[in-house]
Amino acid sequence: MKARHDQRMGILFAMPWILGFCIFLAFPLISSLYYSFTNFSILRSPHWIGTSNYQELMRDDVFHTSLKNTLTYAAASVPLATIFAILLAMLLNTKTKGMAFYRTIFYIPSLVPMVALGVLWLWIFNGHYGLLNEGLTKAGLPGPPWLTDPAWSKWTLVIISIWGTGNAMVIYLAGLQDVPQSLYEAAEIDGANAWGKTRHVTIPMISPVMLFNVIMGIIGSMQTFALPYVMFPGGAPARSTYFFSMYLYDTAFSYQRMGYASAMGWIMFGITLVLTLAALKLSAKHVHYEGG
Amino acid sequence: MATTKTVSKQRKNFVRQIWIQSALIVMSIFFMLPLLWMIVTAIKPLDETMKSPPVWIPSKFQWDNFWSAFSYNSKDLGYIPFLVYGRNTLYVTCLAVIGSVVSNSLVAYSFARIPWKGREWLFGITLATMMVPGPVLMVPVYALFKEFGWIGTFRPLWVPSFFGSAFNIFLLRQFLRTIPLELSEAAKLDGASEWRTFVDVIIPLARPALVVIAVFAFLWAWNDFMGPLLYLTDQQTFTLSMGLQFFQSQHTGTPWNLLMAASLIVVIPVIIVFFFAQKVFIQGIATTGMKS
Repeated sequence: MKARHDQRMGILFAMPWILGFCIFLAFPLISSLYYSFTNFSILRSPHWIGTSNYQELMRDDVFHTSLKNTLTYAAASVPLATIFAILLAMLLNTKTKGMAFYRTIFYIPSLVPMVALGVLWLWIFNGHYGLLNEGLTKAGLPGPPWLTDPAWSKWTLVIISIWGTGNAMVIYLAGLQDVPQSLYEAAEIDGANAWGKTRHVTIPMISPVMLFNVIMGIIGSMQTFALPYVMFPGGAPARSTYFFSMYLYDTAFSYQRMGYASAMGWIMFGITLVLTLAALKLSAKHVHYEGG
Repeated sequence: MATTKTVSKQRKNFVRQIWIQSALIVMSIFFMLPLLWMIVTAIKPLDETMKSPPVWIPSKFQWDNFWSAFSYNSKDLGYIPFLVYGRNTLYVTCLAVIGSVVSNSLVAYSFARIPWKGREWLFGITLATMMVPGPVLMVPVYALFKEFGWIGTFRPLWVPSFFGSAFNIFLLRQFLRTIPLELSEAAKLDGASEWRTFVDVIIPLARPALVVIAVFAFLWAWNDFMGPLLYLTDQQTFTLSMGLQFFQSQHTGTPWNLLMAASLIVVIPVIIVFFFAQKVFIQGIATTGMKS
């Protein structure tokens, strides 16, 4: 009697998500798989063309460039942002005056809309009158043409991604606060110094949080869109900042090739899946779960 | 002997405090400098925006830049109805926040506190959906909304919030699991229905976690760029994040001071919301414990 009641109530309370999952996730995912084998635009209903889209993608230079750009960006920004966010979280986890104030300051960049950020950074990184190069010149360093040199434009975006790392930082901070003080005391008795405590207590204890943040970071960086879209229209210079989702968006909505774009989407999904599973697999030995 | 030891310990502690404080201050500058630049520029006269060396203290504070941003006439696009964009953004954001809080709390309650068959299985699928990159769904979801006749309306931007999202469900479920089961059982012994237990017992206790969900939903909807870009077709229905783009002009030069004033108008509500929510927000994230 109670079990039946619970069953009914459980499904009833979960109903919004069950519907949402079917309407906004499962159905679109399946239809996009179907679209990826068709020729399809807003004006024309889909018709089956087999694997032509995928074959064409293999030969598409722009696709290769955008894929390479995206992977390079992810490979640079995920590790750097991870290290930076952990260091910041450790700094914010110390006992000192004015912590509430610092926490707010460190988090504020993550609150600013991408578009507002984009135009601000465009200006700060500008090679001629930009704030950054003004500062570098004063320090005796010649600043590179951040925005116009294909070798530097991606790094510009990586630096900005590090600056906006607040969300990961807050999650690390929460993880650090969960580490029992007794473990540090035990390590101190064993004669561990600051580095030893970090290496043998902090890192293992926050490793599940790290794994979570790294996976979210990989997924997030694979779909980077707004910032490069605003800062580098068309992926300028020389398509060096033309990312996967920008090409997908252009293909679907500018060139009206929605079947082709769906095939790209599925390749992106495949790559994300492989990277995520690799992260899970590689970390399996090192991630420490407290009490299962 | 004992006193010299405490003195040396105090001195060591003092040195440590200085290190921590200076690191915090340096990082604060790194995080705040771009935003400070935004603020300074927003109140400058136009001819001081691109001077070299940069002008940090404007010759006069041009407060009416904010007013001019509201009534800016772009040479390319004509009058930019910034107030209308503000109203549109507010409308979409309010609905998205209400939808997220209501739907995610219902679903998380089911996952965390009602035992029913298939629950763990559905929760596993829910977590797995976090791996689906947004761009994969771009084309099929667009096609779906087109089928509904919703292109050019606000509905694609807020209706999905009422169906829950994997990340929020996960976050809230972790929190709800920390509330002792006895509390629900006691309420039920007093004759409370599942619904009354949810509304009267669980929701008040889940306040910090609900604030986290609300703040995330607010940030996401307020800053959303891709959604409006895809679904809004009429200039009168655009949102603030799109409106900002109109200040950039290829032909007549960008009025940087007005652009920064407009950006500040977009950013300030976000900072105000975070300021009031921050204590509960950090506490909420900390107690959700991102582990397991």
